[in-house]
Amino acid sequence: MSKKKALSIITLFVLIIGLVLSGCSSSNESNGGKKSGDGKIHLKFMHDWPQGSSSAYFNLVKEIIKDYEAENKDVVIDVEVLNPDQYRDKIKVLAASNELPDVGLTWSNGFAEPYAKGGQFAPLDDIIKKDFQDQFVPGTVESYSFDGKSYALPMEMNITYVFYNKEIFKKYNLEEPKTFADLKKIGETLSKNGIIPATVGSKDGWPASMWFMYLADRIGGPTILTDVIQGKVKMTDPDIVKAAEEIQNLVDSGFFVKGNTAFSNDDAKGYFLNEQAAMFLTATWELPNFTTSPDTSQEFKDKVGYFKFPIVEGGKGTDSNSYVGGPGLGAFVAEKSQHKDQAKDFAAYLVKEWGKRSVESAGILPATKVNTEGLDVHPMYIDVLNDINNATNVTTWFDTQATPNVSELHHDLITALYGKQVTPEEFAKQHDNALAEEAAEK
Amino acid sequence: MKNVMSNKTVIALYVLPALFLVLFLIYIPMILTGYYGLMKWDGVGEMKFIGLDNYIKLVQDKLFWESTWHSILLGLFSVLSLIGYLIVSLVLASKIKGANIFRKIYIIPMLLSSVAIAQLWIKIFDPMNGLINSFLTSIGVENVPLWLADPEIALYAIFIPIVWQYAGFYIIIIYAALVNVPEELIEAARIDGANAFQIAYKIKVPLISGVLKVLVILAIVGSLKYFDLIYVMTGGGPGHATEVMASYMYKEAFGKYNFGYGSAIGFGLLVISMVATWTIQKLMKTKEDN
Repeated sequence: MSKKKALSIITLFVLIIGLVLSGCSSSNESNGGKKSGDGKIHLKFMHDWPQGSSSAYFNLVKEIIKDYEAENKDVVIDVEVLNPDQYRDKIKVLAASNELPDVGLTWSNGFAEPYAKGGQFAPLDDIIKKDFQDQFVPGTVESYSFDGKSYALPMEMNITYVFYNKEIFKKYNLEEPKTFADLKKIGETLSKNGIIPATVGSKDGWPASMWFMYLADRIGGPTILTDVIQGKVKMTDPDIVKAAEEIQNLVDSGFFVKGNTAFSNDDAKGYFLNEQAAMFLTATWELPNFTTSPDTSQEFKDKVGYFKFPIVEGGKGTDSNSYVGGPGLGAFVAEKSQHKDQAKDFAAYLVKEWGKRSVESAGILPATKVNTEGLDVHPMYIDVLNDINNATNVTTWFDTQATPNVSELHHDLITALYGKQVTPEEFAKQHDNALAEEAAEK
Repeated sequence: MKNVMSNKTVIALYVLPALFLVLFLIYIPMILTGYYGLMKWDGVGEMKFIGLDNYIKLVQDKLFWESTWHSILLGLFSVLSLIGYLIVSLVLASKIKGANIFRKIYIIPMLLSSVAIAQLWIKIFDPMNGLINSFLTSIGVENVPLWLADPEIALYAIFIPIVWQYAGFYIIIIYAALVNVPEELIEAARIDGANAFQIAYKIKVPLISGVLKVLVILAIVGSLKYFDLIYVMTGGGPGHATEVMASYMYKEAFGKYNFGYGSAIGFGLLVISMVATWTIQKLMKTKEDN
């Protein structure tokens, strides 16, 4: 082989590599939205409701997309479905490489903030004003708003309750607790009889944090954790430390399932579903599992009841109509989408149809207002929707309100609190340190 | 053919494409990681140059050194388990009945994906309904260990599936090396009156020592950067009890959006791995020279 020939082949290789690399960068710019050979607009849509674990959500989304495509013949929605943990990770990676899907779902507050402020999400105030005047439950849109602009259309609204197994309660002559002391007594009775009083997945941090958030709400008053985020109150406030102490008291008394620091939320839920544990504090996103979903047996569904988190005697939070909860997912439109207007149109359609159909067809509480009159759903839904209408306060989850940095720390500390690896004082102190560090940077 | 291989441009033609790929996909990102470590960056917005702050924080970070220690422990366990694999392989390589079937049995865990293995072992370790504790309860043990939930033993509990996962891989490699030991040498030793143990210890093992050295390095480096089962099974918890360098890096970068600090941890991991590899090579070389 002559030198010349070899050289030209090398050049060819370099060119090919260059081509491959430039190919990568050009796809970075297109953000997935592309007009392909069929001349239709392809919108990329990513959600985190896989068919397996969230079939009701999955089917409803599929239905709405089908209708949208039928109404808009020149648009094709390419859907990518991931499970929530993978979804969280993938969104981060995609954003880092400017490849967000045209439309996707985002959690509120701290999760959305870097994307909104980093110019990844498009402001949606125009369509909120145009299409959703007075449609959203108050407080939901605000959870996706930064610097006066709103960056997502809220789709879910969840509040948390203690769900319990009515049959177990009946067997041991227990009633829904009105006070925290009642709740503790229930725990004692149950563990004496070899039943796990409550199951909780504290490996993940966030499910276990709900207990802490409610105790803080009841002991220190409904606004205390929001005040911590806003820097008005310190985490080392005696009321919050007391709440953390109560968590460890519950752990000591065997209130929670053993080994919960190794349980994810799903692992923990298993104990409630197979009736080994009597109580499970979780959000209303589980309602389908307890009412309509074909995945759980009717026999079990009939046994599930719920109660509001009880009042703590002597605490500042005296209203059991104050909830811990918040908006779940909202739809965002990528700022760098090539078909931004079409993407906005689809997002608006999705959220609007979602609000109309979600309760009846999938048993999901939307962030748009629902009139319970004449609604043909499971009675538990009517109760919950009425509760939401009568709620005096919904405190958005602490970890949702916090920045990712503090939120991650909070999850780790909650696991450590349940595992008794930190004292309540250290638990509070470490939060304060991180919050102070962040405040100093701003 | 000889002609072609002595032509420098042709050699370059064969070497360069791979070199480009390695350069672009490994070495340049490596340098970039070190560079990002100098930044304050949330992964989405603007980067801000902050000098060596991240690296100074890294050196003082107790959690980082804790997770480094956990990674090193994992490395030690992996190396110790190599002895077990060696014994198994020696047994398999001697001509016993059924060795073939056992070889296949050992290789199967390797075929499972990490996530499947994690799910399997989460169920096995479940404090109440799990295989181990159900058994312990049934034979009357009252205070059953909580395995992954107990910060004292979680780390060691999670080593078991990690070691188990790679058993097949190491056994197959050692087995392949043992099969290549010349039959004549073993024959000769046997004629000289060596027993099976002596043959294994004095002839087979020294002859495959090159392979074993490579495996030691593989085991240690693999352990230092180990991530998947820990991430899925405990997420580094409870309360950092099973945190390793890679999971800590992941948490910082993708959990807390501290890409700058995450990169610094990644770079620290790289440095530690390189130092470890270098040290092991040095250690093993002196042994050989003596």
